[in-house]
Amino acid sequence: MIELKNVSKKYGEAVAVNQVSFDVKEKENLVLLGTSGCGKTTTLKMINRLINPDEGEIIINGQNIINQNTEILRKGIGYVMQNIGLFPHYTVEENIAIVPELLKWDKKKIQDRVYELTEKLHLPANSLKLFPNELSGGQQQRVGLARALVSDPAVLLMDEPFGALDNVTRTSIRKEFKDLEELKRKTMVMVTHDVEEAFELADRICLMDKGQIMQIGTPKELLFNPANDFAKKFLDGQRLALEFKIVTIEDIWEKLSNRSSINKGLSADISVWDAMEKLRNNQAAELQFSNNTQEYKSASFDELIKAFNQYKNFTKHE
Amino acid sequence: MNEQQTLWQFMSMESDKLLSQTVQHIGLTFISLLFAIAIGLPLGILIARRRKLSGIILGIAGVLQTVPSIALLGFMIPILGIGAKPAIVALLIYALLPIIRNTYTGIIGIDKHIIEAAKAMGMSKSQILFKVEIPLAMPVLLAGIRTATVINVGVATLASYIAAGGLGEFIFGGISLNNTNMILAGAIPAALLAILLDGLLALTQKLDFKKLKKVLIFSSVFLIILTAFYVLPSAYGSGLKAGFTPEFMGRQDGDLGLKSAYGLKIKTVVISDAVMYKAAFSKELDVISGYSTDGRLKAFGLKILKDDKGIFPPYYAAPIVNQASLNKFPELEDVLNLLAGKITDSVMTDLNYRTDYLHQTPEKVAIDFLVKVGLYKSPKGGAGETIKIGSKIFGEQYILAEIYSMLIKGNTNYKVETKTGLGGTKICFDALVNNQIDFYPEYTGTGLLAILKPDNKIVSQISHNKDETYKYVSDEFNKKYKIKWLKPIGFNNSYALMMRQKQSSEIDVNTITDLKNYLDKN
Ligand SMILES: Nc1ncnc2c1ncn2[C@@H]1O[C@H](COP(=O)(O)OP(=O)(O)OP(=O)(O)O)[C@@H](O)[C@H]1O
Ligand SMILES: [Mg+2]
Repeated sequence: MIELKNVSKKYGEAVAVNQVSFDVKEKENLVLLGTSGCGKTTTLKMINRLINPDEGEIIINGQNIINQNTEILRKGIGYVMQNIGLFPHYTVEENIAIVPELLKWDKKKIQDRVYELTEKLHLPANSLKLFPNELSGGQQQRVGLARALVSDPAVLLMDEPFGALDNVTRTSIRKEFKDLEELKRKTMVMVTHDVEEAFELADRICLMDKGQIMQIGTPKELLFNPANDFAKKFLDGQRLALEFKIVTIEDIWEKLSNRSSINKGLSADISVWDAMEKLRNNQAAELQFSNNTQEYKSASFDELIKAFNQYKNFTKHE
Repeated sequence: MNEQQTLWQFMSMESDKLLSQTVQHIGLTFISLLFAIAIGLPLGILIARRRKLSGIILGIAGVLQTVPSIALLGFMIPILGIGAKPAIVALLIYALLPIIRNTYTGIIGIDKHIIEAAKAMGMSKSQILFKVEIPLAMPVLLAGIRTATVINVGVATLASYIAAGGLGEFIFGGISLNNTNMILAGAIPAALLAILLDGLLALTQKLDFKKLKKVLIFSSVFLIILTAFYVLPSAYGSGLKAGFTPEFMGRQDGDLGLKSAYGLKIKTVVISDAVMYKAAFSKELDVISGYSTDGRLKAFGLKILKDDKGIFPPYYAAPIVNQASLNKFPELEDVLNLLAGKITDSVMTDLNYRTDYLHQTPEKVAIDFLVKVGLYKSPKGGAGETIKIGSKIFGEQYILAEIYSMLIKGNTNYKVETKTGLGGTKICFDALVNNQIDFYPEYTGTGLLAILKPDNKIVSQISHNKDETYKYVSDEFNKKYKIKWLKPIGFNNSYALMMRQKQSSEIDVNTITDLKNYLDKN
């Protein structure tokens, strides 16, 4: 749905984005990951033409964006900014309603939509009449998200949407975010420099360094088949935790023992990490799982680790 | 206490004028402000968009701001004439800098992420301007408008110099008439106006944007109505138009006398002496209150209307000399009297014309004149004691001082020192009384009205007759100050009403009574 072909951007002599190409499918979430200054924001802003590329082309829905009216293009793309960028002279309600106002929706429709979003994003109802500077950072970030979502655009660009938050809030908002129905039907490009966040939210990750793509692929591919040294090193610090989080029970299903005696269990979609946490928290010796073909299996802590290691070795040698 | 009462009395007596001047003042301030906003706001926005231009435009506005107000008004006259138009343009120019600058700094001070957010949401350039930039720059912008308003209230007092009205009429009239109440009657309302407007604008700065929007809409409507009030009265009527100096307006032997003695009713604006003659020449005024020997009379082809009822007191010039100096310099009196009766009104007008318009030096004018009347003698180069000649600070007095200096040097052995440009009457006279100068040329009317200041009864008895006036002042000066009036030089530099020669003969108006009759008929 969004296609970048050999896109480059220079600032003077410095190349901020260098020959970047990728393809984001409908309803996919592509995460741009990389260290500070690697060109993530620049890449993202070229998609809604806040920045015009020096080279290459960008195609959305089969149309080259260069040929589109920028204002119409932008109204069809939700954008969450790295710096939130709420209008200080508008109330929260007015801030959320900016795009619908531009699109000349009728008052009632706008109001209903604003209320709907405040509920979905867990914004306190009384905050609607407040000004942005009267909200906490987390609340402001939610308003920023509501503003981008309000007209239900098919495409959503997000630049460090949780950037301004402390770690604890960040993790909890991320969970909510993941479960938001509204977001599941969007084609998204999201920027982050937080590896954990990328792995949690991405369908695919585009790892960048110095303006270039180092690797693009699913979290699993990045973890188990790094394309180069940079990709490998980039993840090394958190590798084990990431592996546990990314591999699901479904993935290691074949390696678990079959217990015909049980007839209920947890969904096999959960990650090995989550399963281990459950074992520890429930103080249980075993957990039961069921997959989508109504098979049932169970595993102890040790059995999980064993199966996981087998899976790892297998994927690496694939 | 007494002072305050009389101020109050003055203000209630002149309440009509006070009201109309205040309305004019507010009108001038706001019309110019409206125009300044209409020009300054877009310019501010422009230079915020194209930063490269900001240096030049702010520079030009800054330079314009430093031009002295009077000079700026002066520059306007050749282009725009007199009256409200040039005053408004001049005020506008003063208001421009704060408005442009604050619009510019207000807009460039906006967090660029906010503008980026606006773009990202698909706002067009004009939507960004009106929904984001202007509202966010508004507090700074209002501060600029506030500064401009206060400046304009102040500068608008000068509008009275070029017949645009306003509280300056009282202020400058009061200054030239030495009438404190009149000054205060103009200055206090002007100051109050500045404080009031400043306060009101400070209040609007505190409002949030929504309320502010309402206030702005309301106040622009109000301003437009007010503007109409100011513009409409000046647009009415044709007929003849008079321009009088603020001083003339307030004097018994000026506008008041014209009304009481002649019953003259003419549409009148107040204007400064500096631009009055020119305005008459360029047909913006028909009747002006000039001085009868002014060089501009000749330069601009003006004609004096005869004061057939004698309301303007005679201002015959004569040297006045300290008695002590006469004793010290025995030959002095005879030398000075050489000039007695030699300079008539038209001769003096011509001499003034030479210095003012042909830009000849007073020295050259003096020599040419003396040669022509056969009084010139080359200096003896004597080594006697030094005589100090004083003069007031205007052209005619410089010429007279030069002439006397040459006469003394040519006919005696005294040395001469001229102290020209001693300011006004008060300074010259004090210098004479205190022996800092030996003599200076004075006018009988000035001696009577500005120095002796007898009560009105005496003034009205004697001031119709030039000889009685001369006799009265010379007797009184002798008694009171030991100062002697020598023989009159000949000319009478009094107030006079004047018109363009051409117009005067076209409508056959030669005297003030003719003028009154003409006005009554038309
Ligand atoms: N307007 C600009 N002018 C000059 N250089 C710029 C400009 N914007 C970005 N750059 C440079 O381009 C490079 C990429 O910037 P970009 O903002 O895309 O980085 P980023 O990956 O988003 O970093 P971060 O994680 O810190 O937000 C950086 O080296 C930056 O210094
Ligand atoms: Mg960035």
